[in-house]
Amino acid sequence: MTDAPARRPEPARRTEALESLLVERGLIDPAVMDKFIKTYEQDVGPLNGAKVVARAWTDPEYRERLLAEGTAAIKELGFAGPQGEHIVVLEQTDEVHHVVVCTLCSCYPWPVLGLPPSWYKDPAYRARVVREPRAVLREMGCEVPEGKKIEVWDSSSEVRYLVLPQQPAGTEGWDAEALTPLVTRDAMVGVATVTSPTEAGP
Amino acid sequence: MDPLADMGGAPGWGPVTAPTPDEPPFAEPWEGRSFAMTVLTMGRISGRNLDAFRYALERLDPVSYLADGYYGRWLNAAELMLQDSRILAPGAVDARARRLAGEDVEEPEFPEPEKPDYAPSGPGSLREVEGPPRFAAGDAVRTTTSPRPQGPSKLPGYVRGRRGTVTAVRPGHLLPDTHAVFQGENPQYVYTVGFDSAELFGDDAEPSTVHVDLFESYLESDR
Repeated sequence: MTDAPARRPEPARRTEALESLLVERGLIDPAVMDKFIKTYEQDVGPLNGAKVVARAWTDPEYRERLLAEGTAAIKELGFAGPQGEHIVVLEQTDEVHHVVVCTLCSCYPWPVLGLPPSWYKDPAYRARVVREPRAVLREMGCEVPEGKKIEVWDSSSEVRYLVLPQQPAGTEGWDAEALTPLVTRDAMVGVATVTSPTEAGP
Repeated sequence: MDPLADMGGAPGWGPVTAPTPDEPPFAEPWEGRSFAMTVLTMGRISGRNLDAFRYALERLDPVSYLADGYYGRWLNAAELMLQDSRILAPGAVDARARRLAGEDVEEPEFPEPEKPDYAPSGPGSLREVEGPPRFAAGDAVRTTTSPRPQGPSKLPGYVRGRRGTVTAVRPGHLLPDTHAVFQGENPQYVYTVGFDSAELFGDDAEPSTVHVDLFESYLESDR
């Protein structure tokens, strides 16, 4: 019997080791790293996408531009950057439910949604949502009515997809500022719908 | 054989993870540092060659790919790229980690770097392509049936040799098959192709359309 291969040090330790090696070679500056991490912890997140969605719900001309030229319309609100070179917006309707995945890695529209959540990076989601989207969505608490068509989008190039959810009933006439907090990250990937404050309940 | 990373449609992964609201981007501090180091050092090797990074992810062994989650995978891919271009010696990270933990281990010397002699022609991954796109929205296409190449490819295994319809023509992209291995940008049009789920997974598949973004050379006409 052969011995099991020696376990590598824990990832936290290996990260610290790599950082110390790269600093020693002058290839990385910890202060630049700190700033970069902070940007993705504080500034680049799903609130950006929520603002885009709320604007589209309240401004029909913006909605039209957003669906025609996603990248440019998103840039109007100041959102652009890595993993957002070409963003296509998919509109949820009464007939069609869109859901987004990256089966090959975990590509995700960073400028509007930030870094991907655990479930999006999970092999189970990547493997299964292309084969059995309705079952996967049900497991995630999103029941797509029978008869509604499901379209799955596999982000296998540099095109990134943002889902424009349907505006919930009971919020007609609300302004963008009031609508923004209702829009969730999960709804903008297509694994949830946006619920009205009354539906959400206590 | 398709690499582990090419997992679309693969059975055996069990239930999905339930979403939690307000999940922070990094569960632990090392994940943020792994993320930042990977992105920031990539440019030190190859001019931010994202395709080379994704190819490094694909080349990881299953344990390195899965054991420490997403940012563990990034860390291991960054280490592999740094070893490939001889910025770090094999074993250097583990030796330093053990030293930091107080063990008395010898560290390998820094090698003489051999970075790829390659620079992208511009920022980002989109490029103008000379000439018109070969296909238009609505065209019937079939993906190549040739076996998966030894090197990088962005044709997911679950759509290989399948018939679909062009949903949309996208801008020109660097071709990952050559760009990822520093052998040229060769920009091509990308097409979103819609496949009926029955074409991909058989007649008893859940009804849906699966749209996949595919490079022109992966496609042939299916008229």
